[in-house]
Amino acid sequence: MHKDLLRLMRAERSVRAHLTVTLAAAVIAGLLVLVQAELLAGVLSGRFATGALLFLAAVVGLRALLGWGQGIFAARTSTGVKSALRHRLLARLQELGPARLSGHRSGELVTLTGRGLDALDPYLTGYLPAMAVAGVVPVAVLVRLFAADLTSAVIVLITLPLIPIFGALVGMHTKAVTERQWRALSLLGGHFLDVVRGLPTLRAFGRARYQASVIQRVADSHRSATMRTLRVAFLSSLVLELCASLSLALVAVPIGLRLLGGSLDLTTALLVLLLAPEAYLPLRMMGTRFHASMEGVAAADAAFAVLDDAAAPEQARAAAVPAAGGPPEIRLENVTVRYPGRDDPALREVSLVITPGERVALVGESGGGKSTLLHLLLGFVAPTEGRVLVDGADLAELDLTAWRDRLAFVPQRPHLFATSVADNIRLGAPSASPELVRRAAVAAHADEFVDVLPDGYDTLVGERGANLSAGQRQRLALARAFCRPDASLLLLDEPTARLDGRSEAAVVTATAELSRGRTSVIVAHRPAMIDLADRVIRIQEGRIVSDVLAEKSLVPGAGAAQAGDER
Amino acid sequence: MTTTTHPGIEVTEPMSGRRMGLRLLWAVLAGAAAELTGLGLIASAAWLITRAAEQPPLAALSVAIVAVRAFATSRGVFRYAERLTGHDVALRAQAATRERLYHSLIPPRAPRHGGADLLSRMVDDTDAVQDLLVRCLLPATSALITGLTAVVIAVAVHPAAALVLLAGLVAAGVLLPAGTAAAARRWSARIAPARAALAERVADLVHGSADLTAYGAGERALSGALDADAALAALERRQSRVHAAALAVGVLVQGLTVAAIVLLAQGSGAGTVATAVLALTALVSFEPVLPLAAAGERFAGISAALKRLKEVRSVPPAVTEPGTPAPLPGAPLTVEIDDLVVRHAPHAPAAVDGVSLTLTPGKRVALVGPSGAGKSTLLAALMRLVEPGSGTITVNGADLSSLDSDDVRTLMTGLTQDPYIFQTTLRDNLRLAGPDGTDEDLERAVRRARLERWVSRTGWDAQLGEDGRTVSGGQLQRLALARALLYDPPVLLLDEPAEALDEATADELMADLLDVTHGRTTLIVTHRLRGLEEVDEIVVMEHGRVIQRGRHDELVATPGYYRDLWQSEALVSG
Repeated sequence: MHKDLLRLMRAERSVRAHLTVTLAAAVIAGLLVLVQAELLAGVLSGRFATGALLFLAAVVGLRALLGWGQGIFAARTSTGVKSALRHRLLARLQELGPARLSGHRSGELVTLTGRGLDALDPYLTGYLPAMAVAGVVPVAVLVRLFAADLTSAVIVLITLPLIPIFGALVGMHTKAVTERQWRALSLLGGHFLDVVRGLPTLRAFGRARYQASVIQRVADSHRSATMRTLRVAFLSSLVLELCASLSLALVAVPIGLRLLGGSLDLTTALLVLLLAPEAYLPLRMMGTRFHASMEGVAAADAAFAVLDDAAAPEQARAAAVPAAGGPPEIRLENVTVRYPGRDDPALREVSLVITPGERVALVGESGGGKSTLLHLLLGFVAPTEGRVLVDGADLAELDLTAWRDRLAFVPQRPHLFATSVADNIRLGAPSASPELVRRAAVAAHADEFVDVLPDGYDTLVGERGANLSAGQRQRLALARAFCRPDASLLLLDEPTARLDGRSEAAVVTATAELSRGRTSVIVAHRPAMIDLADRVIRIQEGRIVSDVLAEKSLVPGAGAAQAGDER
Repeated sequence: MTTTTHPGIEVTEPMSGRRMGLRLLWAVLAGAAAELTGLGLIASAAWLITRAAEQPPLAALSVAIVAVRAFATSRGVFRYAERLTGHDVALRAQAATRERLYHSLIPPRAPRHGGADLLSRMVDDTDAVQDLLVRCLLPATSALITGLTAVVIAVAVHPAAALVLLAGLVAAGVLLPAGTAAAARRWSARIAPARAALAERVADLVHGSADLTAYGAGERALSGALDADAALAALERRQSRVHAAALAVGVLVQGLTVAAIVLLAQGSGAGTVATAVLALTALVSFEPVLPLAAAGERFAGISAALKRLKEVRSVPPAVTEPGTPAPLPGAPLTVEIDDLVVRHAPHAPAAVDGVSLTLTPGKRVALVGPSGAGKSTLLAALMRLVEPGSGTITVNGADLSSLDSDDVRTLMTGLTQDPYIFQTTLRDNLRLAGPDGTDEDLERAVRRARLERWVSRTGWDAQLGEDGRTVSGGQLQRLALARALLYDPPVLLLDEPAEALDEATADELMADLLDVTHGRTTLIVTHRLRGLEEVDEIVVMEHGRVIQRGRHDELVATPGYYRDLWQSEALVSG
């Protein structure tokens, strides 16, 4: 029984109700088998008239109805649990925010939250009801057997616990080996996928055909290893089957002999014969369902690992609304940023004043702390020490949503959403008119390619914007920033990375226009972009190592980094 | 990749169809035997008890007693054998499917949309064969054998009752699974888009987290994802009716069949022994049959996966191999491209449109131009990964199409677009380009690709790839370059070798590269012009055509794309 899952199901009222109905239907249907056996034994032995078959049919009908109900409500339980988990996971992801989210393997999170949770179905709709039935029905069967025939009941009572005991023994013996083997099997799948993905590379070096024999060899050795494990692991099912069928023989043969001696009547004998297997069946069923639900348990573990992640959620904060208006002044006072689990701080004791309307380029090696500085201004990360002041107010005390309303941000790898081009542009201004969207696109030099798309601005962008080039994606992200004409602070993270010469020129021109009249902080690698700035700050290993003014008036267009004064 | 990259080709026997069939037969027989012994156990026990009630001499029961005990003992053994043989066959079938798939993927094919996701789904699809055997085929066969046996027993006892049993078994074992399979097919067509929509929304929330947060659009996106989840859940709830109804109908058919048989037998005055044996045989014969409804539901997904695999396998290769390949021309090589036209699809605009180019031994040519100009397509044509629409490529006079495409790639290859890092050690990742290379060769290649510092830091045995150490874009590029240098083809092709490197490293790398390739026939695709003073010819492409060509000095002296780009590069880098 999965504790976290149980807690979740208790907390969700509708799920609890649906689960109760599911389990009740399963248990009642299981108990009706007893009634069915009673009726059948009676009719076969001749104690009941043939008319009793009508009752038998009614019981069967009732069982069918309960089975139907169980199916319906089990699905409701399962969709309810999945939705609740998904809801919590997604809320948790929102809470983590972009900075901490990047610490997780984002692809895995997406898979887990999407189809990963579907693995819970066998657990919820199969294993849980089977467990409930296994808890009630064997006991009921035993009680009925004791009432009918003491000897048989004792035989069943003695052999019945052998099933869980042997199951557990074999299970314990093989658990670790089996798990290792299944992991190896999934590795085998991973190996195959790896080779298929790398096929173009193998082809380029003439290794594609050779690799086929490696695939075969790896598969063969894994298969023989797996079969070695299974030979032991399947012993548990051998034991279960043997217990169940041998005890039936143990019950049936003495009964036959006692019938012969006349010490037992036929009705009881048939009843015992019909009931005895029903004592073992639920236990065997539970074992089968358990194996089928292992994947679901793993999915639940993964989901709760994300939910219980030690990282504390963002603190509730005093929500002072920042003063709206013109380009802000930004002041960093001895700011140090540490990410959990890393020894070196991303930024150490950085102090900096950016005056309103100033255009600042951040340069330096990747990993030096430039993006962290932007994330700090965005409120994605908070200073571990020191503070960030915006027009004199501590950013930690401002209402972040209101503060972000004043920003326009172009990340290093902008994400395009699976919606229309226009909706992608008006991400930060949902009520923007088509006219404004178009103007933003023109300003970002994006209109030229948007106009030739099949449906223009209504063209749907494929998953992760797959049908647009890197340069086009970058320009749409710039258009997003243009679509916030009231933004007073512009934050750009390497807007020209991965662009070819012409796209770069277009993006640089667009950025120059966008930054006019705004405070801008631009992380830049390429000279053309650095050239835009009034001031170039070099960051290395979390510290500002140089901070120079560009003297545009003297050397127009020339390299700013060299041509400035040390501040 | 495995750690064994010995060049010795192992001759492995192909999966023999006949032996596979034999294994399958054993699995079927074991499964059927397990079910039949179960049937026999109940039937003989029922006979034993009802006959005993008539109080015959003990000797009359002895056979039944032995039978009960024998069936009881052998049942577990058969079940065990069934599970083992079944899994063995399934694992073999899956391996064979993967092998077949891999072999069909070896010849280059037209690039298809979908990339990594498509590939992983394809690999998942190969599991379908395993499911088909273990969950559909084997259970169905043993259910069939058990059902038939039960009917035969019933015929011997009471022919009319046998007919009823047959009808019941057909309803539960044929009609019901057919119905669930059809319903599942219909439902999966409706649910798949809802599932994809949810996956898309979730991907947007995770991958677009920074964009959403910065623009205050997180709540909107979250509610979009929750709506998608609600829509999917509603569909799943409705789909569950199929499963629930199948469950109910199964129980109903089993129960009513037994009741009808008892009614029929008692009505026609059959004895207690006959009736009991009939009723219990009928009851138990449904046990392997009822799960077939669920197998039917599963079959819909399995057959869709198998169909997708078949489609993948039937995609024709991108190039046609010659019937009898011409002998491989020996070095030194002269490559002549004459009026080459390449289209990615029959009616698509030409990606390469009338390009001519000659590579004489030792000549170095640079291909320059904006992205999408056709540079990489030209390299693909040289590596014989795409079939030219018209025009020719010849090597020492031999047309490329007269050579085996694998052979062509031993002559012309190098650093291709999107190089791949395998999940294995750094050493094996490099060694795949030179299985016979000595450690010294590997070290030299690494040195030339300016990767030696990274290698000495991580070590040759560091695991790379998905679960291993992460490799940055620059390191990946240089590792790919090291592979190309290790392979050392007569004609070296380099597609954007300085891609994803920072400015300073890119400059150093290009300088080294031009140094290393001195006197070596090289075709280099780049969008950075620094260092190109040294190459013998620069070809500027745009929209698939050559718009300018010449040496650096000449191009810089003429107005046009090259000079514009050179000036802007010179301007901004000071």
